[in-house]
Amino acid sequence: MPRPEVQAPPEIFYNESEARKYTTSSRIIEIQSRITERALELLALPNDGVPKLLLDIGCGSGLSGETLTEQGHHWIGYDISKSMLDVALEREAEGDLLLADMGQGLGLRPGVIDGAISISAVQWLCNADKSCHNPRLRLKAFFGSLYRCLARGARAVLQFYADNVKQSEMIVTAAMRAGFAGGVVVDWPHSSKAKKSYLVLTCGPPSLNSSLPKGKGQDGAMCSDDDESDDGSGDEDGAQTVGIYERNRPKKRQKTKKNGKGKAWLLNKKEQLRRRGREVPADTKYTGRKRKSYF
Amino acid sequence: MRLLTHNMLASNARGAVTGYPLKLQVVKWSTKEVEPNPEFLRGMLPKIDWPALVAATQALGLPELLPEAPPTDAELSAEGAAADEGSALRRLHRALLEIHIEEGALVCPDTDRCFPISRGVPNMLLHEDEVRN
Repeated sequence: MPRPEVQAPPEIFYNESEARKYTTSSRIIEIQSRITERALELLALPNDGVPKLLLDIGCGSGLSGETLTEQGHHWIGYDISKSMLDVALEREAEGDLLLADMGQGLGLRPGVIDGAISISAVQWLCNADKSCHNPRLRLKAFFGSLYRCLARGARAVLQFYADNVKQSEMIVTAAMRAGFAGGVVVDWPHSSKAKKSYLVLTCGPPSLNSSLPKGKGQDGAMCSDDDESDDGSGDEDGAQTVGIYERNRPKKRQKTKKNGKGKAWLLNKKEQLRRRGREVPADTKYTGRKRKSYF
Repeated sequence: MRLLTHNMLASNARGAVTGYPLKLQVVKWSTKEVEPNPEFLRGMLPKIDWPALVAATQALGLPELLPEAPPTDAELSAEGAAADEGSALRRLHRALLEIHIEEGALVCPDTDRCFPISRGVPNMLLHEDEVRN
């Protein structure tokens, strides 16, 4: 199956049947809540027990919001898919839901939000699904409005799946242009399935606490949770090198100088062989001389 | 949608200067009781746009719920405020977190663009020609 981003625009891809999966698949629920917990950890909210007002961008069916509610926070969820929001209403999500396109800007008053998370949503901005869409402008509108609505020193943690390095660069550059400090934290970088990238952004000037946290499993440790790879392809997690068939390997070309090795090399070689006690023809005026061209 | 969110939300349409505050048209609203949390309300109070909140409660038909001036920090942290039904804390809590707007619309003050609310979810999607960039 190709990735959802290349199949259809989000408001069409997440139709009723696709949204239904999010209420029934315990695997999706498990993974989503685990990512949200990690995002909250990276968000590093002050540990004073006071609930905060957070944003959940691309909240979908409210799975990530459930984790936020469990921690006691109030949240406002954005999503572009009506079907997903309907599922969220069915699940009785505690936060307020908005049907909106993040590429059009968030539309919030400046400096009122204490933090933002986003689970697997930002990469959708890299697509141009309509002729009027310009990914760069949409990323600019999104990060610009996010920067404005966050309070000074607030953080945003955006988990995303970039299709390639260029997409990832484009997202990070847009965030930096908007004025954010921060960068990408990669968890389990050596694993193909458990690998997750988090864009950790701090609003306002860089300070001591805006240094990037370390990703998990960067020292080569493998993700120990087996349910990430429970569908029978667990061994690919450990594979780090890819074998090449012998016949496909390109042949090494031997480097040769155009004029051969030269008289000095030849004399040296003969001397070496003589020292080893081999029978070598004596050095004469013909040794190592050039052949005539017609030879 | 709670009034807390309404208080934060602004119109994003092209032509809107600030797009704030969005005028509230209410068809149906409901109340869901939540446990009050004085710390959250105290932290939230400086961020609330008080006139917009008062205007929203008036649009709901509850003019006596909130006073003209915002409550002070002392009023919110007074002993037993969380238990007393009529205290400033409980009124603020009710206005911000317990009232849910189910059906209605939000109207941009600058452009008169209408954002409908259905089943408690405002539709903030803009058409191609309304996007600002």
